[in-house]
Amino acid sequence: MTSLLNRLFGRAKRGSGATAKDRLHFVLQHDRINLPPERAEEMKKEILAVIVKYLAVDKDRVEIALEQRDRLHSKLVAEIPIVNETYKSENHRAQAAAAVSTPAESNGAGKVKESDADNASEDNAADDESKEPVLDTSEHDPPVDDGKR
Amino acid sequence: MAGKVVTISSGKGGVGKTTATANLGISLASLGKKVVVIDADIGLRNLDVIMGLENRIVYDLVDIVEGRSKLRQSMIKHKKFEDLFLIPAAQTRDKMAVSPDDMVKLADELREDFDYILIDSPAGIERGFRNALEPADEVLIVTNPEVSAVRDADRITGLIEAAEKGPGRLIINRLKPDLVKKGEMLSSDDVYDILGLTIIGIIPEDELVLSASNSGIPVTLNLNSKAGTAFNNVARRLTGEDVPFMNLNGHSSILQRLVSFLDGI
Repeated sequence: MTSLLNRLFGRAKRGSGATAKDRLHFVLQHDRINLPPERAEEMKKEILAVIVKYLAVDKDRVEIALEQRDRLHSKLVAEIPIVNETYKSENHRAQAAAAVSTPAESNGAGKVKESDADNASEDNAADDESKEPVLDTSEHDPPVDDGKR
Repeated sequence: MAGKVVTISSGKGGVGKTTATANLGISLASLGKKVVVIDADIGLRNLDVIMGLENRIVYDLVDIVEGRSKLRQSMIKHKKFEDLFLIPAAQTRDKMAVSPDDMVKLADELREDFDYILIDSPAGIERGFRNALEPADEVLIVTNPEVSAVRDADRITGLIEAAEKGPGRLIINRLKPDLVKKGEMLSSDDVYDILGLTIIGIIPEDELVLSASNSGIPVTLNLNSKAGTAFNNVARRLTGEDVPFMNLNGHSSILQRLVSFLDGI
């Protein structure tokens, strides 16, 4: 109610009190674990550097943050989205496989059935000679991609 | 009698520890408790002037600890309250003259005769703070609704908990309700969110506090003072009484009254 009236009377603007609170939250997060902000940034970079050695990471969407319930309970929460190269190439392969068996099938349907199509094509690979060349080329894609990175 | 040792600390200097100690001493005494207040800020003695007892000092804390004077003869009795005493800090020595063990021994002796032993801690987190903390049964942390004071309160809270003296309770001193209302000052809720400590008192900014320290008559003795009333409430809460927090908004305008009326719906 107060906030509504405040807004009506044009007092909704954020005061310096709120800024003080935000700044305190930030500074105390680092004080409490004895890790200054600059060091925390270094740490995040190092963590990411290790992960990137093993996985293709969508660097623009990486979030590594400190979360704190109180003085004694802090945790490091990381959300590191992985660019699924395998998925991409498998999808590509599934589409290729689909193109061979049912040329009329749409892209969307191919995507959903990606893993099924993959398994199916592998099972069929032995008895259906005609699909093999198509599968071979697509299976070479992932290593080539890795090499680029 | 098993008196309670309450240490008043803050980390940051100048937030009102000494003022709080003096006023709580007076308030507890006026509630009929036997009280001794100890100035643990050796080298920077101040509690004596805030209480108006500076011209009665003969012996000090270091004299007692080093055995040059007897405890009873070293305590200064308050002019108005029979059962309120001060042990002043030494002015010419430094904090190393007293050890945490000395303070524990002194506090244990005082526990026999008093209901409350209030210790005014020096600012900082070194020896003087350790001296004040060691004998504590309970710690009150004084802070102002302001970034640096709250940060230091958090730091001191961690040290108090590490010393297994926690959790301390919080006195938010010098709050300006007008500024809070405008969003230009941290509110008591904000400070609670950040520190997660139980608040034992919210003391509004009050010009009468300066007049009180000028004249050496703690503000609790001024019945017109909001800060004085707030300090009285802290003392009552300290004794276990459930005292509601005072309304600091002092509804002055009709519009404000309308707003709070609508708020209640």
